[in-house]
Amino acid sequence: MDPNRSNRRGFLRQTAALASVAAGAGWAVRGQSAHAQHVHGESPRRGARYRVDHMTHYTPLQDYAGIITPAPLHFMQQHSSEFPEIDPQQHRLTIHGMVDRPLSFSMADLKQLPSVSRIHFLECHGNSSPAIHGSDDPNLGLPVQFVHGMTSCSEWSGVPLSVLLHEAGVHKGASWLVSEGGDAGKFTHTLPLAKAMEDVIVAYGQNGEPLRVEQGYPIRLVVPGWEAPFSVKYLRHIKVVDQPYMAWNESMNHSVSRPDLGGKARWYHFQFGPKSVITRPSAGLNMPGRGYVQITGLAWSGAGTVTKVEVSTDGGRSWKEAKRHAPVLPRAHTRFTFDWAWDGQEAVIQSRCTDDAGEVQPSLTELTKNWGMDAADWKKTPLPRAIHFNAIQPWKIARDGSISDVLFA
Amino acid sequence: MSCSLRFLLPAMIAAIPVAALAQSPPRVYPNVGTPLSQADIQSFDRMIGPEGKELPSGRGTVKEGAEIFAKRCEVCHGKNGENGLMRSLVIGGPGKPYRGPFYGEERNGPSYYPHATIAWDYINRAMPPSNPGSLAPNDVYALVAFLYYWNGIIKENDVMDEKTLPKVVMPNRNGFVPAVPVYPPEKKPSWF
Repeated sequence: MDPNRSNRRGFLRQTAALASVAAGAGWAVRGQSAHAQHVHGESPRRGARYRVDHMTHYTPLQDYAGIITPAPLHFMQQHSSEFPEIDPQQHRLTIHGMVDRPLSFSMADLKQLPSVSRIHFLECHGNSSPAIHGSDDPNLGLPVQFVHGMTSCSEWSGVPLSVLLHEAGVHKGASWLVSEGGDAGKFTHTLPLAKAMEDVIVAYGQNGEPLRVEQGYPIRLVVPGWEAPFSVKYLRHIKVVDQPYMAWNESMNHSVSRPDLGGKARWYHFQFGPKSVITRPSAGLNMPGRGYVQITGLAWSGAGTVTKVEVSTDGGRSWKEAKRHAPVLPRAHTRFTFDWAWDGQEAVIQSRCTDDAGEVQPSLTELTKNWGMDAADWKKTPLPRAIHFNAIQPWKIARDGSISDVLFA
Repeated sequence: MSCSLRFLLPAMIAAIPVAALAQSPPRVYPNVGTPLSQADIQSFDRMIGPEGKELPSGRGTVKEGAEIFAKRCEVCHGKNGENGLMRSLVIGGPGKPYRGPFYGEERNGPSYYPHATIAWDYINRAMPPSNPGSLAPNDVYALVAFLYYWNGIIKENDVMDEKTLPKVVMPNRNGFVPAVPVYPPEKKPSWF
C-alpha cells in the first residue's frame, strides 16, 4: 500500500468541493483550505482562490518589508483541491533509474547529511500574466498582490541534490531527472541534470521552520532562479533518465504556444529574466499627500544578482538609480527604495532591473516584440497567454492621489 | 575516523561486487540511506517515458473505455469528456483530429500532448482524484483508447496495449520545439 495515497477523508473533501461547484458557487467550500488553516491556526485569507482543480495563494507584496516573505504568506499554486497528509516518519525519497546505487532516504537520513541554507525567490511561470491584469475579484487584494504576488522569497534549508545524486552514482549518458510528488495529482516535472548538480536543494526547512504543508511538507525541491514548477513539492521519487519525459503537468499546464515560434510551444522555459515591481505606492493604495514619499519594491533575476535598479517617476522619460538594500543575493529578491517628493500632479512611476548577466528588464513594447506579437494583440479577448512575463510595471498616480495599473492602458 | 570504520566496514564489504561494476565514484556517506532492490523499484516506478518502455502489459478498447469512463470519470469530466465540471477533454472529433492552433483552452485535452504515453501516465498515477492509482492497467489502456478515439487520434477498432500505444502519432507531435535556451545556456540572453 502506498503510504502517500490519498485517503477517504480526501475523497470526502473532494466530493464536497465538487458539490459546491455544481451548486453554482464557483468557489469551493472553505473545507478545501481547512487543512492548512487547521494546521497553522490561521483564518481564511484575502488573496486566495480555491477552485475544484487548483488552489492559489497570492503574496501580499505591498505589506511586508525586507526580502523574506513570511512563510504563511508565501505564494502557493496547488494543482488539486487538497493537500496531502504525509507522515514524515513514513516518507521516503528514492533515487533510481540510471544510477549505480538506487537509494532510499528517510527524513532522518536527509537531516544527517551536510546541509545548506540559501535565500532564493520562487515564482510561478504565470506570475504577472496579462490575463490577470484588471481582475475585478475584490477578494484577491491589491493588484500588486494578485498580479505579481505569485513570487516570494525564503531562506530554504536542506541537502544539496548533488550530494544525493553522488551517493546514488549517476551513469554517464544520463542527462535529465524526473521528480514526482506525493500529492493526489502526482505532480511530476523533468529537470536537466546539469542544473540539478549546480545549485538545487532538497529542502526541509523554510525560514527556520519545517516546510508548511502548502509548501510541500516534508520535503520539496528548490530550483533557484527557474520557474517554480521545477521545484516539485511533497518530493518522493527522483528517476534519473536520458531524455525529458514531458509529463502531463509540464506538457499541458506549463508550456505555451508562442507567436514567435509560429504557434509552437517550447518544451520548457527555464530561468526568469530580470524583473522588478514597485510594491508601494502601487495600484489600489492612495498617496498620503504632497511631499516626501518613499518608493519601495522588489527586484530579482533568475540569472543571478541584481546589479542595478532604476526608478522613473515620469512615465519612463528619465530614470534614476534606486538604492539596493543588503543583502543583495543571487536568485533572490532584492529590496530597493527611492526617495521622492510628490508634487500633487499626475505621475507614472515604474522600476527597471539590470542583472549581472547584463540583461535589462524589458518594456511591454520590447517584450511584445520578443514574443512576435503586435501591441494591439493585448486588447484582444481573451488576452494572449504569455508566461515569464517580466515587462516593466507602470503605476499611474492621479491628482487626487489614487493609483491605478496602466500597463495595458 | 576510527569511530566510523565500525559502521563503514560492513558497507564497504557489501559494496565490493557493485563497486567493481560501478561507473561512478564511491559513496561519501555510505552509512546514510538504504539501498533499493529491483523489486522495491518496481513497486513504485510508474513514471512512463515517451517511448513507453515502462508500460505494464495490458490492453483496452474504445468500447471498454466508454464503460469505465461513464462509471469513474463522467462525474467530473461530463459525458464523453465534455460539458463537465472540468475543462473539456475533447477537441476535434472521431476521424477529425484537431491540429491547432493551441493558444488557449484548446490545450486542455490529449490532442495537445506531444507523446501518446502522457495521457496513460497521468491517468494511471493521478486519476481519479478520489483514489489515484486505483485503475488497473487494462482500465487505463481502455480509457486512453476511448479519449483518443473521440479526439480523432485513433480509429474505433484500434486496441491500445503496451506495444500499440507508444506508436500512436499525436496530432500535435511537431507542435513543440526544444527548450531554448538549452541548459547550460550557450549564449545570452539566457532567459528568453
